[in-house]
Amino acid sequence: VSGRTLAEKVLSRCSGEADARAGDIVEAAPDLVFSHENTYLVNKSFSELRMARPWDPSKIVVFLDHRSPANNAQTALVHARIRQIVKDRGIGSFFDVGEGICHQLLVEKRIARPGQLVLGADSHTTTAGAIGAFAAGIGATEMAGIWATGSIWLKVPETILVSLDGHLDCGCFSKDIALHLAKTLGASGADYKCIEFTGSHLFDTSIAGRMVLCNMAAEAGAKAAVVPADSTIGVWYSGCGTKDWSPVRSDPDASYCSKMTLDVCKVPPMVSGPDRIERSDSVEKFADIAVDQAFIGTCTNGRLEDLVAASWVLKDKKVASGCRLIVAPASRSVLEDAIGMGVIQTIIKAGGTIIPPGCGPCLGAHEGVLAPGEVCISSSNRNFKGRMGSDEAAIYLASPATVAASAAAGRIADPREVLTFDL
Amino acid sequence: LTSEVRVWRFGDDVNTDLIIPGIYLDNYDPINLASHAMEGANKEFARNVRQGDVVVAGRNFGCGSSREQAVIALKHAGVSFVIAKSFSRIFYRNAINLGLPAVVSPDASEVFSDGTAVTVDIWSLVMTSKDGSKAAKLLPIPDRAREILESGGLISYIKKQLREGQPSR
Repeated sequence: VSGRTLAEKVLSRCSGEADARAGDIVEAAPDLVFSHENTYLVNKSFSELRMARPWDPSKIVVFLDHRSPANNAQTALVHARIRQIVKDRGIGSFFDVGEGICHQLLVEKRIARPGQLVLGADSHTTTAGAIGAFAAGIGATEMAGIWATGSIWLKVPETILVSLDGHLDCGCFSKDIALHLAKTLGASGADYKCIEFTGSHLFDTSIAGRMVLCNMAAEAGAKAAVVPADSTIGVWYSGCGTKDWSPVRSDPDASYCSKMTLDVCKVPPMVSGPDRIERSDSVEKFADIAVDQAFIGTCTNGRLEDLVAASWVLKDKKVASGCRLIVAPASRSVLEDAIGMGVIQTIIKAGGTIIPPGCGPCLGAHEGVLAPGEVCISSSNRNFKGRMGSDEAAIYLASPATVAASAAAGRIADPREVLTFDL
Repeated sequence: LTSEVRVWRFGDDVNTDLIIPGIYLDNYDPINLASHAMEGANKEFARNVRQGDVVVAGRNFGCGSSREQAVIALKHAGVSFVIAKSFSRIFYRNAINLGLPAVVSPDASEVFSDGTAVTVDIWSLVMTSKDGSKAAKLLPIPDRAREILESGGLISYIKKQLREGQPSR
């Protein structure tokens, strides 16, 4: 009998099964669940069950981030209803308008812990795998089911082992690796599977970078993506006063459905688009595509190191005439730290516009919606047709540095022209 | 469970932004959502879809956002089945949980063209054109999903289990 993967270990523990294996269906009790504006839908389904309180409100977190602050009266009403739901149902933890994006806060505030089973009513729940949790997205109605019963049926997934080795070149970032992997795997290449990251490159990769990798795994259809607990994750949790976690790692002889290796020194700055994640290639292939809007932010790339990279590119530069740069910090803390470091000042001086912490224009709700015929280069995760507004707009995905370089050039540009290690 | 209806055919990787674009998500009214169903993929769909019609698609149907409104929009537009080569995980669960049968077929998207009148029989696992000239194979719905569908969706399923006093779902 082979050893067990992290996915198998976490789902065994949460289901009380002695040895749940890939392919088994288990009844799992999550350690932590969350939802955002769709809490409205969760509560609608939950109300049909005529229960006053969820099974364990202390394990539920609710965020207002997707249309935050409210983009219209309809959303404002939804927000108001959710605030009431949080009170009525005794929800353990609530993050209102301006606090930031759910996936960011779960990690930043150390709400999610290594080894936990985290389920969120959002497809990018995979992001919390960055701290060694098994984190998967689910729908609103099944979240209501968890509110009622504290459990959910899940299939134990097979795991793809992705080994990242070596060092990135200057001007290249975790986002470039993520776009490279998504191209290799394709939009359904990891469907129903867990991606587990390993390899020497992880020693280089911050929690923020790991969040990018796990976040973008959703674009290949992954159920979960995980960086098993290591010293970087240990340090992340050491200062927060909680001992309430223990590292979970796959056994050395665990069984994987496939293994991939990537020498990251060969990964150039990548661009993906429009419309399909697989349409990815080195930035030069997209050179000279004129850009109307450049957007930096989201659960993928709105963290401090992303804004620092953007300001490094934009120092003493101006956003090109005819192009607009929109920047949404992923959380209030990111914004505060970026102000403290002078990063926000650099971006504003360059002609950028700062919008409130939250999902911003990523899902086409507000704060930078695109017109027909417009081109946007974005640090977000989805370039689907119509995602950011008009279905006649084109969206290209790239790292924050590439987005910033493109904003300054007014066309898709290579950040390596600006960023060098010769400081 | 059989019905005679028309096919609306779509390609691979139809994401939930195409099924219900993000700009419509601030209004949770199912009638509003249905009036924009599939708008990103076929602007004629919402206007012309008839009660019972079938969505037939290629690989990875429903990828992207977990938005349950994608299923609500299709269901309230009148769609009776979604039949695809494969489904994205969250969409599949949402469909079953809201009582919309999502069925895997290795060949339906190649066999049937847009507008074909068809009969779908998910228990005997065949889908045939009304004129009998074409047929596609349907794969069985997994046991757990079938139980939820037969209850009319997850909430009814849980209600039943709570009534019967089962410790877990």
